[in-house]
Formats: sequence, structure tokens, C-alpha cells
Amino acid sequence: MNTVTDLVEWGLHGAPLPRGRAWVLRAGAVVAFLLVWSLASGLVVLGNLFNPIFLAGPWRVLGKVAELAATGQLWGHVAATLERVVVGFATGALLALALGLPAGHFPVVRNLLEPIVEILRPIPPLAMLPLFIVWVGIGETSKIAFITYATFFPMFLTTVHAVGRVDPLLLRAAASLGARRTPLFFRVVLPAALPELLTGIRLGVALSFFVIVISEFIGAEEGLGYLINDGRNFFLVDQMLGAAIVLGLLGYAGNALVVRLGRRWLRWERPPA
Amino acid sequence: MSPAGVGGARVRIEGVHKAFALDGRSTPALVDINLEVQAGELLCLLGPSGCGKSTLLNIVAGFLPPTRGRVLVDATPITGPGPERGVVFQEYVLFPWLTVAQNVEFGPRLAGVEAARCREIAARYLDMVGLREHATKFPVQLSGGMKQRVAIARALANNPSIVLMDEPFGALDAQTREVMQEELSRIQRVEHKTIVFVTHSIREAVYLADRLVVLTSAPGRIKEMFTIKLGEARDRFAPEFTRYESEITRVVKEEVAKVRE
Ligand SMILES: Nc1ncnc2c1ncn2[C@@H]1O[C@H](COP(=O)(O)OP(=O)(O)OP(=O)(O)O)[C@@H](O)[C@H]1O
Ligand SMILES: [Mg+2]
Repeated sequence: MNTVTDLVEWGLHGAPLPRGRAWVLRAGAVVAFLLVWSLASGLVVLGNLFNPIFLAGPWRVLGKVAELAATGQLWGHVAATLERVVVGFATGALLALALGLPAGHFPVVRNLLEPIVEILRPIPPLAMLPLFIVWVGIGETSKIAFITYATFFPMFLTTVHAVGRVDPLLLRAAASLGARRTPLFFRVVLPAALPELLTGIRLGVALSFFVIVISEFIGAEEGLGYLINDGRNFFLVDQMLGAAIVLGLLGYAGNALVVRLGRRWLRWERPPA
Repeated sequence: MSPAGVGGARVRIEGVHKAFALDGRSTPALVDINLEVQAGELLCLLGPSGCGKSTLLNIVAGFLPPTRGRVLVDATPITGPGPERGVVFQEYVLFPWLTVAQNVEFGPRLAGVEAARCREIAARYLDMVGLREHATKFPVQLSGGMKQRVAIARALANNPSIVLMDEPFGALDAQTREVMQEELSRIQRVEHKTIVFVTHSIREAVYLADRLVVLTSAPGRIKEMFTIKLGEARDRFAPEFTRYESEITRVVKEEVAKVRE
């Protein structure tokens, strides 16, 4: 329980647990999850509830992943998905920054871009996927372009917002130290907006993994989404779950990477004592 | 305009009015301010809270346009902020992503001063405010008084000819405050900057000021002006010092009383 002292010192999250204890709790939760899963699939087999093929136990799933890895197939799929995610997301992020930073800074640019974004944004990106396929075909380009399209909006909006929220007093302080347009932007606006920009980037990374799977369901020969869809066609539930877990791990790693970068770039928020 | 740092520059405030929109109505904050701050002079602004001292400083800094009137630095009307007018904000406003030393170096670096020289400058001004050992810390790791001293070092390190200081010693304990006052008047004797200094402490104002302006309660007008003829190295316990203090206290109290009526 959080005591009042903890609340006052650490905020609503409360004091962080000691490292060892936090680790035990986290590892314990994963083990418990695997146990419940094993138990459930075991009960299905024992109770003859339904065809056990529909709920493969964790050990079978992990076995399948290991098998795919050993034969080398897995890496091709992982590489295909990662390549699309990295290229599509990076393009989306660059576009969001290239348009969002000026839109945040110049009212004219903002007024030109915002209406278009506001019209397109409420359309669920998935609704646009078939259009992308019609426009750019079923190959790599449509998959990458689709990730770019889907991730652009949240990253653009957080970028505009981040720039708008920069404390005007910081700009005054910099201006009275001699900063004019360009240095003002690079030395004050950008670092001041960085924490929020990184939040947008984390959103974008999560969203890329979200949408890549669906575009790989359609007309892909490779990729983790393909692996899942392939598993569906042949009732390979272990393959479906295995590919999903690998996707989850990749998304986790992507997020961890951004968090790590953030820790380095935002060291000033919580400097080591 | 004299080049930054070589002595001070003269500031002329000519017929400045400032009104803010409040509930759709224009509410005056400053009325008909005419003031000339001589090159190398330290002028203190006193007045009750909310009377417009920060507003006047913001206008001179170039952050706010006056509703009427203008401000000249030497003969040039100001149109915006500039590095020849350094500002120490009431709210410190350090760059949180820069270390203490990097904050202090911000101005010189922008001006293209070479890195080694920038470090020397930062070290010198951090020494002056007693924060040399904290050079590598980030602003979140500092107390309010320490932040305030970094802000002072940052403004002075940029070598402006005019320094606008808004209650710069407000967050300091009494002892540090006196040390900083002595330091500022020592700098003033060496560098002859033009300083506009806002404070609520009459003692501080009498210790530092060449001239001292008392503003009326809101909307601020110039109520009374005092020339402090105490020379350099002032003794806070000298009878003339105390005489100024009690005289000015009386004038300020009249205005503070009006606010509370
Ligand atoms: N941006 C603004 N918009 C509207 N009103 C403002 C604004 N800035 C200041 N004011 C008003 O102008 C008046 C003067 O404010 P100012 O901050 O200059 O006072 P001050 O003399 O510096 O007070 P203090 O000693 O408390 O710092 C106040 O009544 C305040 O409400
Ligand atoms: Mg003020």
C-alpha cells in the first residue's frame, strides 16, 4: 500500500519496489501465466472437452517456435516483418516530424495541414488497406506505405501538440540571450518538445506492429502475419500462437528500445544522483 | 548602441502605457511611465504586488509591446528582445535539459565564442554565485535559491550592457542574499552595467540603488523617485542608510495600504 509519505514523495505511482522484489514479482507473474495456460490446455486434453489442437499448450507452442527457428524458416519471416515495420515506421516518423514541427511552429502551415489530417484521421486505417492495395499493388510497397500512413497521424498530432506546449518563458529566456529563429528552434523548441515527441514515437512503434500483421494477412509470402494466416489455413494453432508471441516480443523490444533512447536523451528529467 | 558589455547603455522609457484585456475590457496595468536610466546606473523598482513591475520589465526586455509609448536603448527604439538586454526572471526559467554550466554558457556559445573560452566564462560566473561544484548538475537537482543564482550567472555571462532583474534574490536566505547583493554591487563598480532591479525589500533597494522608483498600487504610476546618495561600499547600519530606509518604507506602505483597502 502507498502511504501518504510515499504519495507525497513519489506521486500516485508510489515508491518503486526494491529491484530484487520487483523482479521476483514480474518473473512470478510470467510463470503463473504459463502455468494457467498449461493447466487449461491440460484440462482440455484430460476432460476431452474439444479437440486439443485448438488450444496448444505453451510447451508445444514454444516447441514449434524452436522448430521454426532451428529450420531457419522463422528468421526469414521475422526479417520480412521487421524490415516492413522499420522502413514504414521510419518513413512515417520522418514525415510526421517534417510536417508536424513546422505545423507546430507556423500558424499558416498548421491551418493548411490540420483540416486534411482531421478529415483523414477518424477513418480507421484498416479501412484504407484495400485502397492501398488497389493503388500500389499487393507487394512490399503497399505494406510499407500502409504502416507509414497509419503511424503518421498520431505522430503528427503529438508533434504539433509538443511544439505548441513549449513554455514561452523558455523562448523569452533564449531570445534575451541572443537566440534567433534557427538556433531558437534547434536549441530550445526541439529539446523542450522532446519528451512528448518520444511519447508519439512510442505510439507509432506500437501501431506499426499492430497494422503490419493485417497487411501480411493479405497477399504476403513471408512475415509473421503470413505465418499466422498460414497456420489458420492448416489448423496449426501452435504456429499461430507462436508467431503471435514472436510478434509480441518484437513489439516489446521495439518499445524497450525507444524507452532506452528516451532514458538517455531525457537524462535531465531524472538525473542519476 | 554601445557594444555589449562595454559599460552600460542608457534606457529611456517614454510615455509608456500598458493595458491588458480582462473579461473583454481593457484594464490598465501601467499608466504614463516616463523614466530614464543612465548608462551604468542601478535603478530599483519598488511597489506593491501586482502594481506592474514585472510588466514594465517585460516591456523593456522587448517581450511585451507597450500599449502606448516606447522604450529606447541609447537612441534606438526597441522592437523585441536582444542579447544586449539580459533578463533574470522572477521564475528563474533555466533550460532543464542543460547542465548548470551549459545553461551559463548558452549565450556565449550562441554568440560563437569558442568552447574553451565559454568554459572559462561559465566557471568564472559560477564561482561568483558560489555554484562551481554544482556545474554538472541539472536544474531539477537544484534548490530554488540555487536556480536563481544560475539564472543570474547565465544573464551576466552573456555580458549584456543592460540587465533587467525581477526579484532576483527573492528565493535566497538572508545571508546568501546579502552576499549576492555585495557581489552585484562589486560587479557594478567594475563593469558599470545599466541595471533595472525589481525588489520588495527596501533594505536591498537602499543597499544597491543609485536611484529608486516607487510605483503606485495598480495601475502602476511613478509615485516617487529617490536618489540614494550613499556612495560605494554601503553600511547597512549607518544612520543615513536607516533614514532612507524608513523614509521609503513610509512611501511604500501608503501604496500597500491602498491595495488592502
Ligand atoms: N499577460 C497578462 N494578461 C493579463 N493581465 C496581466 C498579464 N500580466 C500581468 N497582468 C496584470 O498586470 C498587473 C501587473 O502585473 P505584474 O506581474 O507586472 O505585477 P508585479 O508588480 O510584478 O507584481 P509582483 O510583485 O507580485 O511580482 C496585474 O494586475 C496582473 O494581473
Ligand atoms: Mg512581478
